[in-house]
Amino acid sequence: MSIDIDTARRVAHLARIAVAEEDLPALAQQLSGILTFMEQLNEVDVSGVEPMTSVTPMRLKRRADVVTDGGYAAQILSNAPDAREGFFAVPKVVE
Amino acid sequence: MSELSKLTLAAARDALRKGETTSLALTEACLSEIEGAARLNAFVRVTPEIALDQARAADARIAAGEAPAMCGMPLGIKDLFCTRGVPSQAASHILNGFRPEYESTVTQKLWDAGAVMLGKLNMDEFAMGSSNETSTYGNAVNPWKVDDRDLTPGGSSGGSAAAVAADLCLAATGTDTGGSIRQPAAFTGIVGIKPTYGRVSRWGIVAFASSLDQAGPMTRTVRDAAIMLGAMAGHDPKDSTSADIPVPDFEAALTGDIRGKTIGIPSEYRMAGMPAEIEALWSRGAEMLKDAGARIVDISLPHTRYALPAYYVIAPAEASSNLARYDGVRYGHRAKLAEGDGIVQMYEKTRAEGFGKEVQRRVMIGTYVLSAGFYDAYYNRARKVRALIKRDFDEVFAQGVDAILTPATPSAAFGLGEMQDADPVEMYLNDVFTVTVNLAGLPGIAVPAGLDAQGLPLGLQLIGRPWEEGDLLNTAQVLEDAAGFVSRPAKWW
Repeated sequence: MSIDIDTARRVAHLARIAVAEEDLPALAQQLSGILTFMEQLNEVDVSGVEPMTSVTPMRLKRRADVVTDGGYAAQILSNAPDAREGFFAVPKVVE
Repeated sequence: MSELSKLTLAAARDALRKGETTSLALTEACLSEIEGAARLNAFVRVTPEIALDQARAADARIAAGEAPAMCGMPLGIKDLFCTRGVPSQAASHILNGFRPEYESTVTQKLWDAGAVMLGKLNMDEFAMGSSNETSTYGNAVNPWKVDDRDLTPGGSSGGSAAAVAADLCLAATGTDTGGSIRQPAAFTGIVGIKPTYGRVSRWGIVAFASSLDQAGPMTRTVRDAAIMLGAMAGHDPKDSTSADIPVPDFEAALTGDIRGKTIGIPSEYRMAGMPAEIEALWSRGAEMLKDAGARIVDISLPHTRYALPAYYVIAPAEASSNLARYDGVRYGHRAKLAEGDGIVQMYEKTRAEGFGKEVQRRVMIGTYVLSAGFYDAYYNRARKVRALIKRDFDEVFAQGVDAILTPATPSAAFGLGEMQDADPVEMYLNDVFTVTVNLAGLPGIAVPAGLDAQGLPLGLQLIGRPWEEGDLLNTAQVLEDAAGFVSRPAKWW
């Protein structure tokens, strides 16, 4: 399966990575190369095999549904590129 | 002075306990070696104040008696580990200036045991790479050299490997998603172990592919790996995939006796085009284990050749999801926006500026294989193949095999920049012998076993049963002793 320029543009947008129009052909070619490599997987007979969800058979632990942490907004915000009045600030989302 | 930074953890521990040296002296020796090794670009951030404070505290604790084995040991920490107040950016521009407000579980356990942080180590960006050439800090350089070329220390834990091999620290932390501890260990003539998935907490380690990532020690000897792994391992309520089982005394498992053990040699690892000297080293390794009383058997792991393509579906899929958090809102870099740019432009420009080319490629591949219409064809198929790869291992272990011996890498260290124009897939082939171990969640260790014709180190890999790191380390130490690898890189930096 090879990736054309339109697919490369769509994947870049889905991944939220800006790619200049002139860079799309090279990107499409690289992604196609990687996908071709992956297509070897089609040779394997996987009928009746369950997809692996956990590499070691284990049940995820559960804990009581109670608040165990929190109450330090200033620390949470300390690395934000833009924080105002106790909130993360971003460009306007709704008009 | 510089002799102190060459000590093994075991020798340093014994010297500290006998009062023959101090943690402060060890730490100062390492700091002075680091200062003289800027050419290697292994340490990207040095933390002398933290180190000297921790060393003094360690000396007080040792004087009081009953100090744990890691007490007073100066270590390097891979930049992937979050360390409180100390920039931790996974060698990525997108985490520029990020100072965690918290400490990873593994580093906290090391500090609780009295270890000393010298600073943060170079790596491939987000641990994606096999040559340490994708780092925002520039390449780390291998202390081994055979001509004027600078060689790669391997990746992604390239800075860790270079620092341990060049005697800048006594040991270092690494992480391994597809071979990132074992391949650089092999390229620099040191020991590196990836533990069983779930043995070591992932909490506070920047996530790449959560179902494959494990942290482990990178050390000069197998004994040191046993000592340090003991301090890193253990159940952590903050990582729901960490195993709630006791951590045995790994060092006590090093009996040197492997009589009656069964070692498997997988025929599928005999790749076409494998250099003759790697094949010869592999046979010599099997002879050494046989001479020590092990039984050598041929085994088959029939799905081996599908491990790399399965890995390069699963790891990018998980990465695309894990790396979605880097969006310029909560931490790190945010792009400068143009008039009228909205939040989508902020995301797209931030991620285009913040991620390097290889990370962008993997995020996009991951996005593609998870997208509607392709999820079954790629991602689910890869997870089924992964189940078959694990089944291959389960079957040979059920037949009584205790450990599996393979080469660690398909070549010795190559020159930095030599793969620059290669197809990305060619770089991925570096992981061909190591990636199966991550897919199956098994412990694997790289042990230096010889030099190639140019004089560069080559490693062998041993793969163990799940949770049997002690047994694996014991076999590895027998191999280490028999191989008698004592070569060190000559100092040129």
